[in-house]
Amino acid sequence: MALLQIAEPGESAAPHQHRLAVGIDLGTTNSLVATVRSGMSVVLSDELGRTLLPSVVHYSAQGVQSVGYDAQAQQSLDPKNTVVSVKRFMGRGHKDIAHIESMPYDFLDTEGMVRLRTIAGVKTPVEISAEILKVLRERAEVSLGGQLTGAVITVPAYFDDAQRQATKDAARLAGLNVLRLLNEPTAAAIAYGLDNSAEGIYAVYDLGGGTFDISILKLSKGIFEVLATGGDSALGGDDFDQRVFCWIIEEAKLAPLSHSDARLLLMRAREAKEYLTYHGEAPITVKLGSGEYVDVNLTTAIFSTITQNLVQKTLSPTKKALRDAGLSVEDVKGVVMVGGSTRMPQIQHAVGELFKQEPLNNLDPDKVVALGAATQANLLAGNRATGDDWLLLDVIPLSLGLEMMGGLTEKIIPRNSTIPIARAQEFTTFKDGQTAMAIQVVQGERELVSDCRSLARFELRGIPPMAAGAARIRVTFQVDADGLLSVTAREQTTGHEARIEVKPSYGLSDDEITGMLRDSFLHASEDAFRRALREAQVEAQRLLEATQTALNEDAQLLSMLERAHIESCIAKLQTVLIGDDRRAIDAALSALNQATVEFAARRMNKSVQRVLSGKNIAELT
Amino acid sequence: MAMITLTEKAAKHVAAFLAKRGKGIGLRFGVRTSGCSGMAYKLEFVDAANPEDLIFESHGVKVLVDPKSIPYIDGTELDYAREGLNEGFKFNNPNIKDACGCGESFNV
Repeated sequence: MALLQIAEPGESAAPHQHRLAVGIDLGTTNSLVATVRSGMSVVLSDELGRTLLPSVVHYSAQGVQSVGYDAQAQQSLDPKNTVVSVKRFMGRGHKDIAHIESMPYDFLDTEGMVRLRTIAGVKTPVEISAEILKVLRERAEVSLGGQLTGAVITVPAYFDDAQRQATKDAARLAGLNVLRLLNEPTAAAIAYGLDNSAEGIYAVYDLGGGTFDISILKLSKGIFEVLATGGDSALGGDDFDQRVFCWIIEEAKLAPLSHSDARLLLMRAREAKEYLTYHGEAPITVKLGSGEYVDVNLTTAIFSTITQNLVQKTLSPTKKALRDAGLSVEDVKGVVMVGGSTRMPQIQHAVGELFKQEPLNNLDPDKVVALGAATQANLLAGNRATGDDWLLLDVIPLSLGLEMMGGLTEKIIPRNSTIPIARAQEFTTFKDGQTAMAIQVVQGERELVSDCRSLARFELRGIPPMAAGAARIRVTFQVDADGLLSVTAREQTTGHEARIEVKPSYGLSDDEITGMLRDSFLHASEDAFRRALREAQVEAQRLLEATQTALNEDAQLLSMLERAHIESCIAKLQTVLIGDDRRAIDAALSALNQATVEFAARRMNKSVQRVLSGKNIAELT
Repeated sequence: MAMITLTEKAAKHVAAFLAKRGKGIGLRFGVRTSGCSGMAYKLEFVDAANPEDLIFESHGVKVLVDPKSIPYIDGTELDYAREGLNEGFKFNNPNIKDACGCGESFNV
């Protein structure tokens, strides 16, 4: 006998057509699966009532031996074949991974995403993650009594496209239909937004096992908008464990450790950290495989000291995100705490101090993300509840634009714009009779294209030959809800069109994004100078082109002396043009302008005469 | 006199779901003509009662039934059950002659 859930008024599904959808928080340390049951978001537990699934996969010669708690138990016994925190490797190359040298895995040094050699063969992070997702999918199908329609899987807000793609691939490999990927802080906000329906500006501070994300959100009337995001994908609870681990080694004066001893000690370090959340000190006693005994005592004071700069490292992106959103701490109505690591009193305290208020933590910080993802999944699967007319908005991390004459960037969509978005701008030709235009799509905050990242390049052909500046080419940038950018260029008179699709964040790590942002601030004044210089250069080139054309056509209108004067002005401008003295360029530019005023007037007269000759007054009025 | 009842457990769950939802006056229980054996149960939250609705109250929870559904479900008791990891509402309906294997639809 099937067990029924209560539906929204008028929304009862036909028999056998229940759309079962789940939200999955695929975490660095732990993963969870949640669903909406009779209008309520709940985290699904295993047969022993445990909601968390440690994101650990243990391989044996036969293949996957265990996933979750059983695999975790193998960590210190078989570190090489027990993969923890695989999320850190998703979509990452060998050189992108922090502390890779202290990891007990046998990495293959290949191009692209890292691969691990295990006893069961070479595994990619995608395959390993898929094992975790498979367990969650099976748990959901048993719990819900049917096949899943789809899943919403959460990722850190700063995951780049390669990392997002890897996550999608893992889901597909696990037999899940991905309804969409959702940023973790946004998922948390959904959980809070719906449960508390409080309006205002909120900060979501998410310190998980391996990632830190800060998001500034605006909640109003059930609609929420992400105003800004920031973070660090290589900072989390694991780093705190690492600090404690290093402290133990120093304190106990240990010799270099074997892999299994290192793993054991790291586990003890984590336990000590968690113990300190509710106690003043944590005794750490371990008997190592080498026979050595470790017996140290970690106090809150020591822990605070050794992890102080990790806490600080979360505060600067937080302040920056606020600045990006054009807000100050006073504007923030509440701070939502997400991720198990926010249980640390040091974090609660530091965040409270920064925002001058007690952070909100009335939902379990380990579960909020999964709960919010479940709500979103339920909605996307078509189980729409009345009143759920809220819209989910995301932002693009870096400005998108195109290259203009002189290598200047023209920003079409400014960073932190909410997506989906479409913006159009008209451009024109630079030369007379120009029939094609190359469009270089760039991403970044700097003024010059050479300092930005080029995303794609395409050409629009078939522009009818016209005078420079007469053609009208409309370039439209469109970013859809999944962050996919398409650029269309259309010549307005003929309707000739060319388009290209690009993924804006492709291959950009958050470090690169942060780096690019930092550069744009550091080089602001230099950029402004270079922009002005390039603008002068472009203007000079335009005038040179125009003058040359005029000389070719109508040189007979000039006396020898006049012509010589114009030519000397041209030569002068050409000389200063290659330098970087903007004032000299401006001076030469205005000299040439001056020198050609009379010439231009005569040409005008000449063409007027040509039009007028042979016509009487009556024809002209 | 028609009668629809909830077990205490079912009533408690309905009340909790309603509280969580933040609005609604009760539970709508009925049938509709679809499904592999002819009829299917319908279980929905109610925001506004229809004038013709029959209202039953059981352990403090209102159950609203469309009069046309009554012949098929009169005397039914709703229970909330947990089967393995799954949980949800089930129906003890004395009118049923045969049901499809899954129990989601039935014949009278």
